[in-house]
Amino acid sequence: MKRGRRIVTEQQQLLTFTRRAMVLGGAQIGIGAILAARMGWLSIAENERYRLMAEDNRVQLILIPPRRGWIIDRNGQPIAINRTDFRVDIIPDQLKDEERVLAELARLLALPEEEVDRIREDLKDAAGFRPVQVAEKIDYEHFAAVSVRQSELPGVAPARGYTRYYPAGAAVGHLVGYVGAASAKDYEKNRDPLLIAPGFKIGKEGLEKVMEPVLRGKPGARRSEVTARGKLVRDLDTRSDVAGGTLRLSIDAGLQTYASRRIGTNSGSVVVVDCHTGDLLCMASMPSYDPNSFSDGISHSEYAMLNANDHLPLLNKTLQGLYPPGSTVKPAVALALLRAGQRPEESVVCTGAYRLGNRLFHCHKRGGHGHVDMRRAIHQSCDVFFYHYSQTIGIDAIATMMRQLGLGEEFPLPVASQRYGTVPDTAWKQRRYKTGWNTYDTVNATIGQGYMLSNPLQLAIMSARIASGRALMPRLLARSPLKGGEALDVDPEHLAFIRSAMSDVVNGPGTAGRSRLPIANVQMAGKTGTAQVRNITAAERARGGKFGGEGVPWKYRDHALFIGFAPVENPRYAAAVVIEHGIGGSAVAAPIARDVMTYLYDPAKALATLEKMEEGWGGDIETRMAREAAEWANREKPAPAAPPAPAPASAASNAAAPAPAANNGAAAPAADAVGNEPVETD
Amino acid sequence: MRDPLVPAPLAMLPWRLIATVIAIGGFGLVVLYSAAGGSLKPWALSQGIRFCAFLFGAILLSRVREDQIKAAAFPAYAIIVAALVIVEIFGFVGGGSQRWLDLGFIRLQPSELMKPAIVLVLARFYDLLPAGEIRRFSAIWPAAALIGVPFALVLVQPDLGTATMILAGGVVVTFLAGLPLRLYIGAGAAFLAALPIIFFSLHEYQRNRVLIFLDPESDPLGTGYHISQSKIAIGSGGIFGKGFLNGTQSHLDYLPEGHTDFVFATMAEEWGLAGGLFIIVAFLLVVNWGVRVALRARSRFGRLAAGGLSMTIFFYVAINLSMVMGLAPVVGIPLPLVSFGGSAVMTVMLCLGLLMAIDRAEKAGR
Repeated sequence: MKRGRRIVTEQQQLLTFTRRAMVLGGAQIGIGAILAARMGWLSIAENERYRLMAEDNRVQLILIPPRRGWIIDRNGQPIAINRTDFRVDIIPDQLKDEERVLAELARLLALPEEEVDRIREDLKDAAGFRPVQVAEKIDYEHFAAVSVRQSELPGVAPARGYTRYYPAGAAVGHLVGYVGAASAKDYEKNRDPLLIAPGFKIGKEGLEKVMEPVLRGKPGARRSEVTARGKLVRDLDTRSDVAGGTLRLSIDAGLQTYASRRIGTNSGSVVVVDCHTGDLLCMASMPSYDPNSFSDGISHSEYAMLNANDHLPLLNKTLQGLYPPGSTVKPAVALALLRAGQRPEESVVCTGAYRLGNRLFHCHKRGGHGHVDMRRAIHQSCDVFFYHYSQTIGIDAIATMMRQLGLGEEFPLPVASQRYGTVPDTAWKQRRYKTGWNTYDTVNATIGQGYMLSNPLQLAIMSARIASGRALMPRLLARSPLKGGEALDVDPEHLAFIRSAMSDVVNGPGTAGRSRLPIANVQMAGKTGTAQVRNITAAERARGGKFGGEGVPWKYRDHALFIGFAPVENPRYAAAVVIEHGIGGSAVAAPIARDVMTYLYDPAKALATLEKMEEGWGGDIETRMAREAAEWANREKPAPAAPPAPAPASAASNAAAPAPAANNGAAAPAADAVGNEPVETD
Repeated sequence: MRDPLVPAPLAMLPWRLIATVIAIGGFGLVVLYSAAGGSLKPWALSQGIRFCAFLFGAILLSRVREDQIKAAAFPAYAIIVAALVIVEIFGFVGGGSQRWLDLGFIRLQPSELMKPAIVLVLARFYDLLPAGEIRRFSAIWPAAALIGVPFALVLVQPDLGTATMILAGGVVVTFLAGLPLRLYIGAGAAFLAALPIIFFSLHEYQRNRVLIFLDPESDPLGTGYHISQSKIAIGSGGIFGKGFLNGTQSHLDYLPEGHTDFVFATMAEEWGLAGGLFIIVAFLLVVNWGVRVALRARSRFGRLAAGGLSMTIFFYVAINLSMVMGLAPVVGIPLPLVSFGGSAVMTVMLCLGLLMAIDRAEKAGR
């Protein structure tokens, strides 16, 4: 109070008081008005929003998972269906005396200790009314045992559910994939409460995954009024679920199963295409997993077994296996030669080897084929003929034709992933390795080795396009619109010549004479291929003997391939068979194609052949897989460590030219190092 | 003007005010009846009895003469400060803070009684202070001490809401007493500047409440739950509400404390904006009556006390409503006369009784 102090009288004080009291009174009314306005804002302007939130609080949806749509084949045969099963859940809110109930359930259902712990964990996180799964897929006896004691087990809810069932088992494993419970990641991505409903499964692989939107359906819901603590007040109404749509495939279930069985103990793929539409009639890939095991929730041990198998049962070889196509590309190379103006009569003399610069490229036939024209080059699979003439037109013309026939192409299919391989040409090599194209690269490519890689589906499409003369596109869903199918930009006369030469492969003096169809009036045309998976050194060749045959470890044996179509005159079906490390295209792959084609015309005859073979293999797929699983379970120690194998040639040969993109078990050779020549059999 | 049939003491009572208070309390009982799911028990009946008892007490209090109140101001203040100290020492631990004093027959919350007591003691102090002294330092420091001691004691309980109300009630009296205006402007500015420091010296749970108040959706299931659910209850009520006994937020237990601090939300859900405006207007009438008593009062003590007491009632209502409507942090101040619980009714009735006594003194002297 440094300023001159104002002397305040009582009168002034009263005036101050009155003034200030009026101010306070005004402030009260002002604040009152603000509060009233705030309330008006909440209850009028935001009424809609808060009413929804209150409703959201009050009403809880209990989801009824939809029944998954069926997957059926082109004729309506079921491939994936739902089977009723029995399950037991716990409604946490109604649960009383948790420990006693859990102990009782463990006894009744013979639950292992770890499962009881899992349930305890789930119950800890669970709130109120959302069921926690105790057990699913229990048999009727266990279900009944729990049901009759329900009154003494408050909160325990035995119920009927559905499980996915694949009647064909492993035969359709890679084709349809499998279903499983949604992972935490799935739920994070899409916070659909359906994903965490007990017993609800989503597609995890293959068609089940890709076609999830069609197959899933719409969940039903029971609307209930619940308290904040999750206590049920009353049920309001129930909306039933809408089952998922049925998915009709172009696949012929019988053929698919037959082809899978026919692959037998081999590892490989069979693809059959309808030459009129491009429909995929069969996409077999074996060995496979049993999708039923996955839909049950696969055990750790079973998964470890699948993972440890060197035949890669978890890999869909039809779409993800990449293989050097070997001699199966020769018809395509021949078409490129014809387009470039070469006459079919032009010939070379095959002496068994071809010198290019300072290298020697061998023909698969040691002594040579002698005089070889184009027809003979195809049905005898003479390498020297192609070594020689491919030089005249160069790789780019050959690659253009191969691409036109479907090699290197990624097809628009509803599949989880496709590996589409390589059709090398000068531009590709420049891009990938930053070096120029060498003539010996052309030599390798014309016999489907070197950088060339294809998947079995591409080989089947190539076969179908040669057979039909049309740019067919594969179709997997029966009702999806047809794509492609316009005439190929290839002279029909050239195609007719090639088809006739391919017929000679099987029905003439060719390499697959043993694989003629045992059907009257139906002939199959084709082309064999045997693709080596490692380089052969000059020293090895000098020693003689087999380089990719019986005597070497499985993973160094040659791949066996076959493409074909039938009937020769008016092709209806085209097929490709790839058997990993199957040694011989004519010995192993062509007979499989023959039997699969036979099945299309005379199933009984084909099945009779197969059953005899299966006896030798130790039973059908299911029996063999069961035995393998038992052996795995009984093994004394974990899988024996593989003996230190010689490094694959691709790694050992030439560091400057590394092998083409890794190809999952089908090691591709880089046959371009000095002294390492490719060899071609058939 | 007096009706000869009505005895003088009754005729002297402010019947219009009492009717308003009964209307608020009665409406509160209806809400408590609904909050219990349509039952008199456990809240409506006991609250009704308490309400009647305290209203009767207030009317009795209005018979006390002003000079008696004046004489009791300092002793009452001293006793309550002592009680606050005792609470601090032997306090009963409840709700994470020590607030109760268990006297055996009643659980006494001395901080509640301090709300009117601080007003009375300051009114008494400025009444004693000669008019000429009002702009001296000697007009400030005793008041600061009188406010500071109970404020600090309540703050450490910790009970931020009540401490704030004691501070506000006391400051209002000093303001009405005529301390220089620049003190308030300066203090206001200083407070704003010190806000960050205050914020970081708060208890963890208090700081959380402030943070959640600023963004209730950040923690809809934790501390923000109260505010969110309260706003849902109020907002979903609309203009006329969902109807008596039809509130879902309160009946299904989504609204926490629906019968105590958040009783306004319970009410608003069933009675809508209409019910809310009724409560706001009714309380404004009560408070405005108090201000008018202050303006009419003859003695300086009466003026200051009446002004302070009516502001105390106002603070109660304003803080509670701001809190339930998401305009202020959750500080645990009930809505007087409506919320279940004895303390707030007692305090407000005490304030009203004192106001009526001052009113009577004014009328008697006229």
